[in-house]
Amino acid sequence: MPRHARAPKAPRPQRPDRKGIPFVLEQLLTDLTIFILAIFVGYETISKVPVILHTPLMSGTNAIHGIVLVGAMLVAGMPEGPFVTVLAFLAVVLGTINVVGGFLVTDRMLQMFAGKAPSAPRS
Amino acid sequence: MTLPHLPPNVVRAAYLVASVLFILGIKRLSSPRSARQGNTLAAVGMLLALVVTLLDRSILSYGTIAAGIVLGGVIGAIAARRIAMTAMPQMVALFNGSGGGAAAIVSSLEYLAFARAGLPVPPVAGVTILLGAWIGALSFTGSIVAFGKLQGLVTERAVTYPLQKPINLLLFLGILAVSVWLVMQGTPNPAVYAWFAAASLLFGILFVIPIGGGDMPVVISLLNSFTGLATAATGFSLHNYVLIISGTLVGASGTLLTYLMCKAMNRPITNVLFGAFGAAPKAGGPSTAAAGLSGKAVRDVSVEDAATMLAYARKVIIIPGYGLAVAQAQHGVRELADLLKARGVDVKYAIHPVAGRMPGHMNVLLAEANVPYTELYDLDQVNPEFESADVALVIGANDVVNPAARSDTSSPIYGMPILDADKAKHVIIMKRSMKPGFAGIENELFYDPNAMMLFGDAKDSVSKLLQAVKAA
Repeated sequence: MPRHARAPKAPRPQRPDRKGIPFVLEQLLTDLTIFILAIFVGYETISKVPVILHTPLMSGTNAIHGIVLVGAMLVAGMPEGPFVTVLAFLAVVLGTINVVGGFLVTDRMLQMFAGKAPSAPRS
Repeated sequence: MTLPHLPPNVVRAAYLVASVLFILGIKRLSSPRSARQGNTLAAVGMLLALVVTLLDRSILSYGTIAAGIVLGGVIGAIAARRIAMTAMPQMVALFNGSGGGAAAIVSSLEYLAFARAGLPVPPVAGVTILLGAWIGALSFTGSIVAFGKLQGLVTERAVTYPLQKPINLLLFLGILAVSVWLVMQGTPNPAVYAWFAAASLLFGILFVIPIGGGDMPVVISLLNSFTGLATAATGFSLHNYVLIISGTLVGASGTLLTYLMCKAMNRPITNVLFGAFGAAPKAGGPSTAAAGLSGKAVRDVSVEDAATMLAYARKVIIIPGYGLAVAQAQHGVRELADLLKARGVDVKYAIHPVAGRMPGHMNVLLAEANVPYTELYDLDQVNPEFESADVALVIGANDVVNPAARSDTSSPIYGMPILDADKAKHVIIMKRSMKPGFAGIENELFYDPNAMMLFGDAKDSVSKLLQAVKAA
C-alpha cells in the first residue's frame, strides 16, 4: 500500500501511529503474500530463458531492480534538511544510472540478436 | 513548479500495470526473436511507474528529483553507449551496485524519518529497513569490488589473509547483533545506525575480496539477486507493491542464474564464495597432474599446416573462450568460419555455459560479430559431435576443455562438465603462451598426441589462418 494511502495531507505520513499491532500484522501478511507469489512467478518465467540469453537476462533484470528509483523519488520529494536532501539526491542519481544504463545496455545487446533469424545471409 | 497530483488508487493501478509489463518483458526474453521487444516492454513499465510516482501526492518538491534524474540519466546513457561488449560483466556489476546503493540510502532515510519524527520504529518496519540497508550496502560495495577485479583495478586473484574467515564471521555476527539490538530498542538511534551502515559497507568489500576473478560472474549474479531483494525489502518498508514484485522477480532470477552457473561448474555455491578459488598458488610445488605433465612436451603447428587441416576438413567445431574476446578476434573468426563454409566444411560453434565472464557472454560477443545464433551449440548438443569432427579449433579457451575435469579427482575443476574437444581427430589450440587459464590449472589436453598448439595473439593468428585458408 503506498505510504500516502491513509494520511492525505501530512507532509510525511507515519505508519506507526495508525491502528497498532493488528494493522501492522495485516499489512505484513499482504506484503508477504505478494512477495511469495512473486518468487514463484519469477522462478517460472526465468527458468524458461535459454542460456544464450542469460547475459541480456542478467542485465535486463538488473535494469528492473532500478525500480528502487521509485522509492528514491518518494524520499527525495519531501522537502527536508540538507543532509537528507543530499542523500536523497544521491539515491535518485544511483537509481537513475541503474535504470537508464541497464535498459540501454540490454537493448544494445539484444539489437545484435534481433534480425539474425535462421535465414540470416551467409556468405 | 507544481504538477497535478493523481489519486492514490490511480497510482496503485499504474504500479500494477508496470508490474505486469515487467513480467511480460522477462517472458519475452525467452526467445532471441522477441527478446528486444521484451526489454522495451519492461522499459515502458519502468517509465510508467516513474511518471505516476512523479505525480504522486506525497511528492512535494521536484528540484532534487529533476537534478538527480538528469545527472544519473546522462551518466547511465554514456556508460551504456560507450562500453565495449567484452566489458559487459563489469558494467552490469556497476549498474547493479548503483541500484544497491540507492536501496540502502532509501532504507536509511526511512529510518531517519522515524528519528526526525521522534517516533519509535515498530519491529516489522525495523526488520525490513535494516534488511534493505544491509543487503543494499553489501551489494553496493561488493559490486564495486567485482567491477574493480574485472576491470583490472583490483587484483583478480583471490585475496586471502590469516584469520580471514573468522574476521568475516565476526563482522557478520556483529552486524546481526547490532541489528537485533536496534530492532528491540525501538527508539531510533542514528549514531548506532551509522555504525551499522558502515559495517555493512565494509562487509561487502570483505565478502568479495577473497573471491577469484574467475568466479566474478557468479558473484555478480548473486549480487544482482541481492539488489533485487534489497529493493523488495525497501518495498516492504514503503508498502509499495511494485517495489516488492519487481525486486522479488530479480531476486528469484539472480538466485536461479547463480544456481545454474554453479551447476555448470559443478561446484557448490559455498565453494565459490568461501573457497578462495584462484588464490596465489601455494608454495608446495605443482599439483600431481601438473607434475605428471612436466616431462611431456607440447607440439607446435605452423599456420600453413593448421590452415590445410581446416580447409580440407569435413567438420570443424570452433570453441571460443574469453581469450578470443579479449583479442577482439570474433570478427576474424566469423570470416574464417564463413570461408570454411563456402568450401563446404560443416562449421559449428561450441559454447560452454561458463565461457566468457558471464553466463551467455560468449553468445553476445559472437552475436556482435554477426554469427547467427543458430550456429551456436551448447554443451549437451555439441558434445556427441566431437567424435565425428576432424578438427576442434580452441581459441582462447582453456579450463572448459581440460580433460582433468573428467578424470583427475585431485583437480580443482574435477566434475565440471567440459567440451570433449579431445575426442576430435585433431585439436588446434590457439593460445598466447603456455600460461594456465583463469582458474590457474595445468591443461593436459595440450600434451595430447592429437593436439597442436598455434601460439600467438588470437586476432593475429586468425587473420594469418584466414589468408592461408584462402591460399589452400
